[in-house]
Amino acid sequence: MAAEAAAAAGAGTADGLSLPPRAISARRAGLADRVYTALVLASVWLVLLLAAGLVAALIWESWEAIRTFGFRFLVTSEWDPVAGEFGALPFIYGTLVSSALALLIAVPLSLGAAIFLAELAPSWIRPPISFLIEMLAAVPSVVYGLWGIFVLVPWLRDWVQPILGRTLGFLPLFQGPPYGIGMLAAGMILSIMVVPYITSVSREILLAVPGSQREAALGLGATRWEATRMAVLRYGRSGLIGAILLGLGRALGETMAVTMVIGNRPEIAASLFAPGYTMASVLANEFTEATSDLYVSALVEIGLLLLAVTVVVNGLARFLVWSVGGPARGGRE
Amino acid sequence: MTKRSFLTVMLLAIPLAWLPAPADAQLLMNGAGATFPYPIYSKWFEEYIKVDPEVRFNYQSIGSGGGIRQITERTVDFGASDGPMTDEQLKKAPGELFHIPTVLGAVVATYNLPGNPQLSFSGDVLADVFLGKITKWNDARIKALNSSASLPDQPIVVVHRSDGSGTTYIWVDYLCKISPEWEQKVGRGTSVKWPVGLGGKGNEGVAGQVKNAPGSLGYVELAYAITNKLPAARIRNQAGKFIEPTIESTTAAAAGAAKSMPADFRVSLTNSEGTEAYPVASFTWLLVYKDQPNETKGRSLVKFLWWAIHDGQKHPAALLYAPLPAPVVKDIEAKIKQITFSGRPLLAAQ
Repeated sequence: MAAEAAAAAGAGTADGLSLPPRAISARRAGLADRVYTALVLASVWLVLLLAAGLVAALIWESWEAIRTFGFRFLVTSEWDPVAGEFGALPFIYGTLVSSALALLIAVPLSLGAAIFLAELAPSWIRPPISFLIEMLAAVPSVVYGLWGIFVLVPWLRDWVQPILGRTLGFLPLFQGPPYGIGMLAAGMILSIMVVPYITSVSREILLAVPGSQREAALGLGATRWEATRMAVLRYGRSGLIGAILLGLGRALGETMAVTMVIGNRPEIAASLFAPGYTMASVLANEFTEATSDLYVSALVEIGLLLLAVTVVVNGLARFLVWSVGGPARGGRE
Repeated sequence: MTKRSFLTVMLLAIPLAWLPAPADAQLLMNGAGATFPYPIYSKWFEEYIKVDPEVRFNYQSIGSGGGIRQITERTVDFGASDGPMTDEQLKKAPGELFHIPTVLGAVVATYNLPGNPQLSFSGDVLADVFLGKITKWNDARIKALNSSASLPDQPIVVVHRSDGSGTTYIWVDYLCKISPEWEQKVGRGTSVKWPVGLGGKGNEGVAGQVKNAPGSLGYVELAYAITNKLPAARIRNQAGKFIEPTIESTTAAAAGAAKSMPADFRVSLTNSEGTEAYPVASFTWLLVYKDQPNETKGRSLVKFLWWAIHDGQKHPAALLYAPLPAPVVKDIEAKIKQITFSGRPLLAAQ
């Protein structure tokens, strides 16, 4: 029905365009507009309903766990499928820490690459470099995971972690035996995976900054770095935060590559060398073989929490965008 | 759409309309469950076409938990599981479910030490390593079992499966039988709360970690260890002999348990009797309803089961599964004969 109506509406306007405007009867125009509005409105409702349905289904399926554990689920670290004791804290912690670590590494790297591509690079070199960076986004995450196991993890274990342990070992962050596998490996894999997203969006934003901004800064005697920092980055900052958010969204939900290198141990450890666990990983690992109802329900509640964490983190970031610079200027936001 | 293009579409659609017809003549059996026996099951389904061209199988290897759920909800014709269903799970099913053993698998302890010497373990040492009570390779208790091997003064990095798995179930079931402390602190399940160690996803995740990290000790499926030429420890069985994990010693585990086989086959074969039995072995089962809801499908299913436990048993060895021992096949025959449609047995006397 909807499709026929759409076709009719489309045909109507197409015919109308070939005729002088006054030949379109007011009645037809009114009908076309109404159909158009109804269709667009229907799409938005459908999307909202889908989102609401998803949340409702997650709550419904996790009800048993919510009823059994209540708030305790969020603040306890016990995850024992045999005894039927479930607490999500180590998974929430792992998701947040691995994503934060990923951003810590990826943001300077991506912004640096984006600034080079938008501001400094000779124009002939931009397309191939952009293409190569965007290629990273096309690599399947299981390939990143395998690369992590066979290349990154041995390198971390044999070189990076012993050196970090010797030099910065007084910090709790870099203590413990160097397994290679663990939170650090997960953060590094994630950072490589989010770099292409942050880089390409940031580059677009920087390119959208009007040239007059740069000219004005350079005209006042600023160096290139000063011009970039004060005239370009400030101008596009809300858009740049949007780009970082996109990367964060990817890092929070990434499953396969993280599962393969994080060590999958539901514990909260201060050291980045220690194994950890994320919400997405525990779902991927345990859902297929979960047999008891309470177990399945606890896993679904983890899914619900992952959604909630994503919404909260995004909300906070929106707030940040709003507080640094009001509405969009030159960016996505 | 013009009249002509409409006609073209209709003409093109006519042959398409014919296509499903031959498929209707075939019988499609739907199954779901364990991933561990998936390679042998797909081999069987392929071979069985030669026996009965009318039957096609569609098997989804979604995991034992999913297989149990789907057969309980009757969304599939048969389920498959690496661990026996619990009494509680059986009670939830709308009818009586049979466990039909199909092949056996074993789990081996694999490790990474300089030169990879052939190691031997006893169950209590393995349990204490996995409990975190033995932490070094040169621990006196490991040394006592391996006097000829040179064991380094190096921490043992325990590696276990992070995903819920029948392999894990078999491994911890063995540890439970040997170590009361393990049973009380950790227990058995497809996922457990590991006292120590790193989790790797899948056999490949565990093997990858073990291969990469000197001093690590993990467990993988026998077939995976053989194909990837991983070092596999000998493990002491109930009779006190150190047994190398092989297909023969796995079958011997079922043979050892044959005389005390329970009627429903829901039996653990770990630490089983028999001087040649490898102690970390298990059946994998197909789950079928005793009273079949559909006569045609039920008849085809019992014919397939009968074929699988007889002629089908020549295929497992090539895929590194252990075939059923003869005395157990006799017991399963009796079970298959009990499968009925509305009270009448489906299998004609063989």
